[in-house]
Amino acid sequence: MTFRARHLLGIETLHPIEITSVLDLADEYVALNRASVKHSDTLAGLTQINMFFENSTRTQASFELAGKRLGADVMNMQMQASSIKKGETLIDTALTLNAMHPDLLVVRHPHSGAVDLLAQKVNCAVLNAGDGRHEHPTQALLDALTIRRAKGRLHRLNIAICGDIAHSRVARSNILLLGKMENRVRLVGPPTLVPSGAADWGVEVYDDMAEGLADCDVVMMLRLQKERMDGGFIPSEREYYHRFGLDAAKLAHAKEDAIVMHPGPMNRGVEIDGTIADDINRSVIQEQVEMGVAVRMAAMDLLARNLRAAREAGDD
Amino acid sequence: MSDLTLTNARLIDPEAGTETLGTLTVKNGLIASVVAGDTRAEGALDCGGKVLAPGIVDIGVKICEPGERHKESFRTAGMAAAAGGVTTMVTRADTLPAIDTPETLEFVTRRASEDSPVRIAPMAALTKQRAGREMVEIGFLQDAGAVAFSDGDTVTTDTKVLSRAFTYTRSMGALVIAHPQEPGLSKGGAVTSGKFASLKGLPAVSPMAERMGLDRDIALVEMTGVKYHADQITTRRALPALERAKRNGFDVTAGTSIHHLTLNLLDVGDYRTFFKVKPPLRSETDRLAVVEAVSAGVIDTISSMHTPQDEESKRLPFEEAASGAVGLETFLPAALRLYHAGLLSLPQLFRAMALNPSRRLGLPGGRLEVGAPADLVLFDPDAPFVLDRFALRSKSKNTPFDGQRMEGKVIGTWVGGKRVFER
Repeated sequence: MTFRARHLLGIETLHPIEITSVLDLADEYVALNRASVKHSDTLAGLTQINMFFENSTRTQASFELAGKRLGADVMNMQMQASSIKKGETLIDTALTLNAMHPDLLVVRHPHSGAVDLLAQKVNCAVLNAGDGRHEHPTQALLDALTIRRAKGRLHRLNIAICGDIAHSRVARSNILLLGKMENRVRLVGPPTLVPSGAADWGVEVYDDMAEGLADCDVVMMLRLQKERMDGGFIPSEREYYHRFGLDAAKLAHAKEDAIVMHPGPMNRGVEIDGTIADDINRSVIQEQVEMGVAVRMAAMDLLARNLRAAREAGDD
Repeated sequence: MSDLTLTNARLIDPEAGTETLGTLTVKNGLIASVVAGDTRAEGALDCGGKVLAPGIVDIGVKICEPGERHKESFRTAGMAAAAGGVTTMVTRADTLPAIDTPETLEFVTRRASEDSPVRIAPMAALTKQRAGREMVEIGFLQDAGAVAFSDGDTVTTDTKVLSRAFTYTRSMGALVIAHPQEPGLSKGGAVTSGKFASLKGLPAVSPMAERMGLDRDIALVEMTGVKYHADQITTRRALPALERAKRNGFDVTAGTSIHHLTLNLLDVGDYRTFFKVKPPLRSETDRLAVVEAVSAGVIDTISSMHTPQDEESKRLPFEEAASGAVGLETFLPAALRLYHAGLLSLPQLFRAMALNPSRRLGLPGGRLEVGAPADLVLFDPDAPFVLDRFALRSKSKNTPFDGQRMEGKVIGTWVGGKRVFER
């Protein structure tokens, strides 16, 4: 098991071996989560604080459950409600929190790079639960685990990531991870929602679903982030659904056994047809949620091991 | 008998484009003679073959008085300027409140003469409160000593307001300095668009916004005949428009910043906010094109765009952090990177850093000729050092060059024949 990182801030700095280590351990936690007694004492005595500067139900619940199943003391802080409104800076919040001696800090923030900044100021392990449009590493890891379990491998697959790529941190982390594991990644979306310079990322870019999905093993849909749009990226939702929404006709261009993924929450009838999302032969959307808890348990376990080792070595 | 004799100096004459070993004498604050060859006189200061050049005239220095004196004052900026070989700071009007009345301008002039060891040539705002709605009292401000009119990096979006301000300013013969940027396209942009910005997930602006802003401004120059200077041209695609305007005989000049000449967008790295400037750092292709434009004389001036920001304004997520970098003390060593790289000669550098800014603003300095003010800088272009930001004289330490190896140390600075810095 090789995992050197002190924090999990993004996929960019992870080595493929570290990614495999997380996924291997997560496989073990999937088994634990399916057992009748879903508890271990791996993180017993450690304090985990979930700091969410942006609304989240699913990710926060997933991290909370992961921590509790591993025996950590978990606290949730809704940051919008408290200090930001009082004008406290991110650094001050970090220092205040650091004084409470947390061991694991799970942070989501609306600005890219904010979690990196915070990690520089605290002496515990920091997990990025999404920063702006930058990265969302645990989502990419849970997607990777889902693919590996469904396809039996995580290399040499044709994977299409479709929709609002420009505003998506999920897309960035997935592009990095899937690229590192040597898959062929395609981005499919209207040009206004594909970031400039994407063609230089070592991916193929398409603005047509039929071409983009041709011969794909995995179709990953993204949420059309309406709340992020400051106006006018697409003409209308219905035109978007017509051209880029995943329905049976478009999915027919992919391989017969292609799986369909979505990080949730879904806009049914905007980026994905309801019947596709619910098709248990194609959709692995529920599995993604399950893998989410396991991957977060694995990541926190590995970071806690490094944290304990560093403390024993007297680094802190 | 002269007041000061500097001998055995490598004299940089930006006007003639020459460098010669020789002697310079000063009398009554003016340059009294410039003689080639080694004419050692008694009581002369032996420069040891180091470079003697006209003092730098820096257009666009922000001194945070009035309003934000905790970031920079006339005293600290003046000391930084003296240590950096800057003998005239052309100050910006984007203070709090903006310098938009003769009364606030008088405050600046008074504070400057009390506290700054180097000269101050103040700019005034073009519109009241820099809000882009009504023009300032251009005539009164000119009488009070404003050398140019500029709203800093705020773009006047209302073209009608701007065209009237240009027309009125033209009748006074005054210079307008603008920030060419299409405001709609560049709204919210923290970095230049492209692969890097997308990977880092930062809001980005296309470099094309600069060309669009410049195109609009040049059209207004054609319409009104105003004397116009673009504060910072930083992209390759804006250059043809600038060249064309000059060829067509419009009274247009342009500057660029030392940061855009020596850094590129990748320097931002992992969200390093000290590299956040306005406009944002550009690609390496753009950087080299702009260096080439300075060399060819398409871009006329280089500025430090000295913008002090305290730690609190910079220690924030990149999108939220303030823009700007301090530059007075690092201006010369950064510029010498271009000299050491063989891209620009010393006369070319001092043409852009001293002579051209002086000429454009109608100031007497910026040249090594008899009768010009004895504003001088003596420096060793090869002396190496590692920059420590906490050693800077500015109150704010937000330099992108912290920890970097640089070459070029100022040995002495003179303003009107009076030594204001000595190492």
